[in-house]
Amino acid sequence: MTQQRKAVALISGGLDSLLAAKVMLEQGIHVEGINFFTGFCVEGHTHAIRKKDKAKPKRNNALWSAEQLGIKLHIIDIVEEYKDVLLNPKHGYGANMNPCLDCKIFMVQKALEWAEKKGFDFIITGEVIGQRPMSQRKDTMPVVARESGAQERLLRPLCAKNLSPTLPEREGWVSRDSLYGFSGRNRKPQMALAAEFGFEEYASPAGGCCFLTDEAYSRKLVDLWQGRGNREYEMDDIMLLKVGRHIRPAPHFKLIVSREEGENNFLMGYKKQFIHMYTTSHPGPMVLVDGEPAESDLLLAARIAARYSKGKMAERVTVEIHKPGEEPYSVEVEPLGPTELKDKWMI
Amino acid sequence: MKYELDARRLLCPMPVIRTQNRVEELAPGDTLEVVCTDPGVVNDIPAWCRINGHRVLETREASGEITLLIEVGEA
Repeated sequence: MTQQRKAVALISGGLDSLLAAKVMLEQGIHVEGINFFTGFCVEGHTHAIRKKDKAKPKRNNALWSAEQLGIKLHIIDIVEEYKDVLLNPKHGYGANMNPCLDCKIFMVQKALEWAEKKGFDFIITGEVIGQRPMSQRKDTMPVVARESGAQERLLRPLCAKNLSPTLPEREGWVSRDSLYGFSGRNRKPQMALAAEFGFEEYASPAGGCCFLTDEAYSRKLVDLWQGRGNREYEMDDIMLLKVGRHIRPAPHFKLIVSREEGENNFLMGYKKQFIHMYTTSHPGPMVLVDGEPAESDLLLAARIAARYSKGKMAERVTVEIHKPGEEPYSVEVEPLGPTELKDKWMI
Repeated sequence: MKYELDARRLLCPMPVIRTQNRVEELAPGDTLEVVCTDPGVVNDIPAWCRINGHRVLETREASGEITLLIEVGEA
């Protein structure tokens, strides 16, 4: 009896990785999935924050894909290691702060380490030539294979016929004839294959599944670095960029203003770490203050908090200010007028 | 053996990752009680258990905390 070969599949939760894994299962390969959490993933927690999203069913698409496939899924926390990928991408950024090519190389390299440790024979991805402008091009496919160290052990079942044969094909572990030659941004071949496999429902995130491809998010990230004077970040920082209105009235401090109850509750979780304030005379948002504000800055912040409260038309609004480890105190302020809140402060 | 894991204040998928890493150290038949605050775990941890061969014996929700009792399956 021939030995059953094992492949580890990069599972993002999207359609392409689902199909790539399915193609391998159809060829009798033992497949297990691997999914990486960078901290910038659009999955899961982002849905849990906003109240308006609470009614929608929440699910982790990578877990869901694995369940459809009937394979195991290993989720790997790469938040710390990913910092170097984001801060020093050898191949640069895409349209926003997305280091897509370095990211793909890094993930394939981590999958290779995992495969070697667990005795797996090769790695598969759902990459399709021409699908993504930065990382999935004919000229970058060999770069990923080479720089990750995976070399010929990296197989892309959906576009393999457009590439040179890899080790699993040459060794006859998989049949090249039963692989695919998809290319370009047209999704129809994938949708047809999904129908053939009986997948009726699947996630199709427009900008991929990463916040770094999002313009507004990238702008807030760059602002955070500029405000701090360095590019270090912690998990809490990158989470907070996903929540609320971010307003920077001056280089040395910014406000994060909740937009609704879900965000309010989420920001409450940070009240021990940040200066925070909320209106007490009228219902209003939770406001975190990040940076090094002077006392006069806090008065401006209080006026902004009042501006976003139900008392925005009132003459005076009471705002309670909390500094970590100190007794809270109240100030009475005039809400900031609509023309006083400057567009350039909005990040 | 019974074990416990505090995954409060973590947002998905972190509670799943912590559960996965803890379960990896346990033996079949052991139980792990995971306490979380992100409502996403109600879907994600059972899904993770189903695909990896573990069982959720019990799910309790009280005062904003969700507790899942997991029985570790065969590797």
